[in-house]
Amino acid sequence: MHIHRYEKLWLIIGSLILVVFLAILAIQTFYLEMGPPSHAEMMDPQEVRESELFADAELTEIGDNEYEIAIVAEMFAFQPGDLEIPAGATVHFTLASPDVTHGFKITDTNVNVMVVPGHISKVSHTFDEAGEYLILCNEYCGLGHEFMANTITVN
Amino acid sequence: MKNTASANNNHKGRKKYDETSLSGTFVSVMIIAVFMILSWFSVFLLFLERN
Amino acid sequence: MTHITDVPIRHKGKAVKAGAIAGISKRDSRLSIANLSIAFIALVIGGAAGLLQGFVRSGFLELPSWISYYALLTAHGVLLVLVLSSFFSIGYLYAGTSRVLGGLADKTVAFGWTGFGLMTAGTVIAAFFILSGDANVLYTFYTPMQANPWFYVGLALLVVGILLNCVGMFITYQSWRKRNPGELTPLFAFFSNAVFVLWVFASLFIAVFVVGMVIPWAFGWVPTIDPMIGRTMFWAFGHTLVNIWMLTSISAWYVSMPKIIGGKVFSDSLARVAVVILVVANVPGGFHHQILDPGLSVELKFLHVIQTFMIIFPSLMTAFAMLATMERAGRTKGVTSLLGWWKILPWSDARFFALIVAMLAYIPAGLGGIINASNQVNQVVHNSIWVTGHLHLTVGTTVMLTFFGISYWLIPYLSGRKMTKTINRLALAQTVVWASGMLLMSGAMHFNGLLGSPRRTANTTYNGHSAASDWALYEMLMAMGGVILFIGILLLVYIWIQLAFIAPKGDTDFPIGEDYNKKDASPLFMDRWAIWVALATLSIAIAYVIPLLDFASGNSPGSPPFLMP
Repeated sequence: MHIHRYEKLWLIIGSLILVVFLAILAIQTFYLEMGPPSHAEMMDPQEVRESELFADAELTEIGDNEYEIAIVAEMFAFQPGDLEIPAGATVHFTLASPDVTHGFKITDTNVNVMVVPGHISKVSHTFDEAGEYLILCNEYCGLGHEFMANTITVN
Repeated sequence: MKNTASANNNHKGRKKYDETSLSGTFVSVMIIAVFMILSWFSVFLLFLERN
Repeated sequence: MTHITDVPIRHKGKAVKAGAIAGISKRDSRLSIANLSIAFIALVIGGAAGLLQGFVRSGFLELPSWISYYALLTAHGVLLVLVLSSFFSIGYLYAGTSRVLGGLADKTVAFGWTGFGLMTAGTVIAAFFILSGDANVLYTFYTPMQANPWFYVGLALLVVGILLNCVGMFITYQSWRKRNPGELTPLFAFFSNAVFVLWVFASLFIAVFVVGMVIPWAFGWVPTIDPMIGRTMFWAFGHTLVNIWMLTSISAWYVSMPKIIGGKVFSDSLARVAVVILVVANVPGGFHHQILDPGLSVELKFLHVIQTFMIIFPSLMTAFAMLATMERAGRTKGVTSLLGWWKILPWSDARFFALIVAMLAYIPAGLGGIINASNQVNQVVHNSIWVTGHLHLTVGTTVMLTFFGISYWLIPYLSGRKMTKTINRLALAQTVVWASGMLLMSGAMHFNGLLGSPRRTANTTYNGHSAASDWALYEMLMAMGGVILFIGILLLVYIWIQLAFIAPKGDTDFPIGEDYNKKDASPLFMDRWAIWVALATLSIAIAYVIPLLDFASGNSPGSPPFLMP
């Protein structure tokens, strides 16, 4: 097998570029904790609505401008409804689905996580800029999928 | 075709098909490499900005 | 019929023409024609569904109450991604293999027809339930959404039919090897075998999932199903499917393109290496669809990101090989300037033009793929319409234009006709129409996705929210692209009808590039598929054993069904 020297060079350069990409991703993931949301915890989907965590959940301040909220992603709404927070607030979202798979996406942010029945998803974000953000379900969940949306207002 | 190949070798003497220049190919793949870097970093910057 | 393999390999360029007079035996050709016919019907129906989707999303059209956007979307996905690609790859690879191995084995033909029957029956059943509105689950059919149970039976039949076709291909391949000891199989046959090996891996995942889990649950024999196992099994299948299309397409780039441009295969051995890496490293690639899933650890996800990046390597090889093939063809014709060889490529030959545009589209398609697989960066694009744009560049442009290009020689080759100058011109126009439609639609989708617009939704107005109002322009561009693409489909149907039934009789060559020269011959062990299958199994095991065991032993509560609609 003969490999032309330009081809060798190209394969080395190309692989190096990929290695650089991977290195950047690895540093962010393992040293800066910027990896993708990967919470591992289970909950029976049929018990989500009545569970201590999700029943009557509301936005709770847990620290200095730091909030948490448990949200049920169900056909075809996020419960509880629209949220309001001050600018600069960090919000920890905990999500679960009592029915089918949903997606949880907040526009203009990197918040984007799957909500798979049986599993609890967690994702956090700091909202520095004021404005009305759109929260939408980005995984097809049935015939009313396009109506599954909320807002989060940052003052 | 083989005749034209050897007739058109301007480097050292006779060259076969296998030894013709590949510099155009190299330039072309380098252009791909540039696009690879540009496209990846533009979305990566968007990721940083939205974080 | 001339036995092509009887001819000394070095004179293959000449042997091609001698063999093409006899062409392909009627028996083998009928099987390919049958498969291609279903592929074409799927393209027309699936394409029409896509056109309507564009209209609905952009607000130009409201659907009648008996059919939903999601039924159309399911039809579009199943028909194009599953039906078209499987029937086309079988029709094309069977014909090409028959061509390079001197005919298909008797048993292969039997397996081929049985497989074809099952696949067709499965397709008809699945399509019926989709269009009747009883399977609004999209082509990914994520559980616990549930369709009519017979929809899954249709899918299962389709998959079993594909598996029978795999067996058929292996029989011909192995019997050729037995009859030609000490000889390397022709490159085309090697590609063909690789595609069917991937079909086996892909089909096993989906067959185990559909037959072992979904069907019992859909009929109500089992109360619950684990959605995470479903997602994982689906994407093990789903992303393998992507590489099946790619491998089918690049077989034409590697083997036929050199012949069309009057060059030679750049490197037989490197081509085989690229194929083998794709087969070995491919299946775990599916995991990058689950980067944002819960229940999978950050470490495991990163392992899969690395495994996905490994699939990029053969594409780097392919990029070089294709350019080098073209440069060398130009150099042998006397071109001396650095990039002058680009100019003398046969741009006015529709077979080449479709292939080269497909290859060019593969550059942004591949680059987008790297971004999608980039772990946390995936949060920017996941489930946005960027992803739809990405797959319309990969499958919609790269693979489809390659298939169209192939059809410009495959159909006349099978129908015993010749392409005329007029049809060639129409085919050139078709390529331009298709590429511009996709450029507009897919480009709009990419930008729209970066702005946050989601995929797989009938409507993106979200009560007039300001974030959503930015998307309207792009939604309209997407619909316009869809219209152009549908014109492309109509043009294509006209060309196909011409090539199949109307064009003048004559002999068309199935272009097969000169296989290899002595110096660059691959070692014989490349043909020992047992090695590659074992390595691929190992790579799948590394990727999947941990998560699947984890899910299976995780006391998953399971999900009851939710019937759609």
